[in-house]
Amino acid sequence: MASMVTTYNTRLRQQLHDDPTTSIVVTLLAVGALFYPLIDRALGWNTVGTMFPIVAFILLALGLNIVVGFAGLLDLGYAAFFAIGAYTVAILTSPSSPVVDKLPFTLNFWGALVLAFFVTALFGVILGAPTLRLRGDYLAIVTLGFGEIVPAVFRNADQITRGEQGLNAIAKPTIFGMKFGNDIVRWYYLLIATGFLIIFVARRMRDSRLGRAWMAMREDEIAASAMGINLVMTKLSAFAMGASFSGLVGVMYASRFSYAAPSSFEFSTSVLLLAMVILGGLGNIWGVILGGLLLGTFDRILSIRITGWINSLGETIGVGFLETVNLSRLRFGIFGLTLVLMMLWRPEGILPNERRRAELRADTTDGETAADDTLYGERGAPV
Amino acid sequence: MQDFLQILITGISLGSVFALIALGYTLVYGIIELINFAHGDLFMLSSFAALTVLDRLDIGFRDATGSKVLGMLAALIVAMIFGALVNVLIERLAYRRLRNAPRLAPLISALGMSFVLVQIGQSWKGSAPVSFPRPIANQNVLAPFGSPVTLGLNNLLTIVVTILLLIALSYVVNRTRIGKAMRATAQDRDASALMGIDINRTIAFAFLLGGALAGAAGLMFGQFTGTMAFQRGFEAGLKAFTAAVLGGIGNLTGAVLGGFLIGITQAFSDFYLDPRWTNSVIFGLLILTLVFRPSGILGDSTTQKA
Repeated sequence: MASMVTTYNTRLRQQLHDDPTTSIVVTLLAVGALFYPLIDRALGWNTVGTMFPIVAFILLALGLNIVVGFAGLLDLGYAAFFAIGAYTVAILTSPSSPVVDKLPFTLNFWGALVLAFFVTALFGVILGAPTLRLRGDYLAIVTLGFGEIVPAVFRNADQITRGEQGLNAIAKPTIFGMKFGNDIVRWYYLLIATGFLIIFVARRMRDSRLGRAWMAMREDEIAASAMGINLVMTKLSAFAMGASFSGLVGVMYASRFSYAAPSSFEFSTSVLLLAMVILGGLGNIWGVILGGLLLGTFDRILSIRITGWINSLGETIGVGFLETVNLSRLRFGIFGLTLVLMMLWRPEGILPNERRRAELRADTTDGETAADDTLYGERGAPV
Repeated sequence: MQDFLQILITGISLGSVFALIALGYTLVYGIIELINFAHGDLFMLSSFAALTVLDRLDIGFRDATGSKVLGMLAALIVAMIFGALVNVLIERLAYRRLRNAPRLAPLISALGMSFVLVQIGQSWKGSAPVSFPRPIANQNVLAPFGSPVTLGLNNLLTIVVTILLLIALSYVVNRTRIGKAMRATAQDRDASALMGIDINRTIAFAFLLGGALAGAAGLMFGQFTGTMAFQRGFEAGLKAFTAAVLGGIGNLTGAVLGGFLIGITQAFSDFYLDPRWTNSVIFGLLILTLVFRPSGILGDSTTQKA
């Protein structure tokens, strides 16, 4: 058994080194992320501030990838954990929150961060526990309901959260006396550092005993359980890990913008994250980062620029429709279309995870289902 | 007591709209076990279609009763045809290819489709709520009987149309050849195909029926609330899905029962609790049902095949 594990691990490492696309992507990502503020200043793009939410969403997508990609549990309410993280730090440190005065101690950013980690993990377990018996699509609906209820609670419990107005003046971090304030470059690097940490942890977890249990469960619950995997613990740990990652990012997001309001955590946020994970490649960390980068930059930067280009093109060639088209207003349709087209043409994503690809395309390789395919697929009429 | 009855009436007429949408979820789930996320947004789009017809015909309060009735019928028929065709189109484009893929693939595709429809709705009628023409005066039909409780003519019509549609649906599913094919396909797709049933056509027909009912619901919801907005489809869809699950997904009677229960729950929660908490109450109910009785009130365990 031990030798099998070792070979598996070596094979994984080899795979990473052998696969030129992945290693190029990884190197580009790491170098690009580290030098981005310099490149940005040199070229005068002025986008470091905008990169913060993009990177934050990529980190959220990485957390969601643990739940959906590794463990195969479709979570449609992932933004709820993001909200819980953000509101944890807001309620504990914002002067406009009524709770702060009643606390016997004052919490700084780091204290709230640690606390939020456990609070969101707890909520991950609370959501996970009742859903353990549910099948995939029912689970999706329960998480969707949870994702609807959480922002509603924050919106309606206005004695604590000030409802729609939101909470502001949230504590900001200090490292060795270095204040973060509104310094966009410092915040950017803090998030990148968190990103490296999350990637490290996610990769170690994926290759650990627990990670292999997640994947076994994803492929076949009954078989996994017969092999001695404790499904309850495996599912709950996936929910807790995914949730706590999201909570961490939520704390940073709220602290960076000094603001937490219910409207940032709605269903569309969960779907945007899901689209990032699926576009890049379910279960593949580098794929998810790439997917997040593509959708995130499109959403925050490119859609505005491309709209400008199309509009001026429309003016030059005199087509009225092109002059007025606005891509940022079409964002929902674009995310939706991304999901549909990816499912139809490349369900394993741009950078696929090999095992995931085999699962998602099982119908074309497996003998029995391949026969079914000719029966019901669009190619064949029923015999 | 008067309050109670009044709210019950509101709940029942609202519930009939949810019942119609819930049937669309249940029809599709019963036959291909897919939660059609886009269904609520299809309802929203068909509601916009009905609204457009009424706007174009420009029927007001002052028109003769005959033209009002004709106008409403035209809107109903256009909305139903629209809903049916769009639903069939969605099935063809986004779901058919994925019929043998792992469960999550069509589910995610449906989710994407839902966002595409929301976008179409927003581009079509804009972001602000659009006012829905209500040519029929909502007079109290119970007034001649001296009843303290009011039942608006509109609400009565909603309930009556729903009941007529349910009778028609039940006839189609239980008495016609294509209905038999649907039931057979729902039970066992392989065996049905071997018996010579055209699976693609049968599944498309289930989507057609569901879409038509969503179209009817779109018109009636507009008559009920007087406005429609592009993001309401998602919420109504989730409530109707709750109704379908509550009644037992895959079970047509269950969907109707669930629809009425959800409508009544919403009316009572709006009145006795706080409208702001209504959605949370209903989604909480959804979670509780799924966790403790996933087969619903009337569902049997045969719909639970993995």
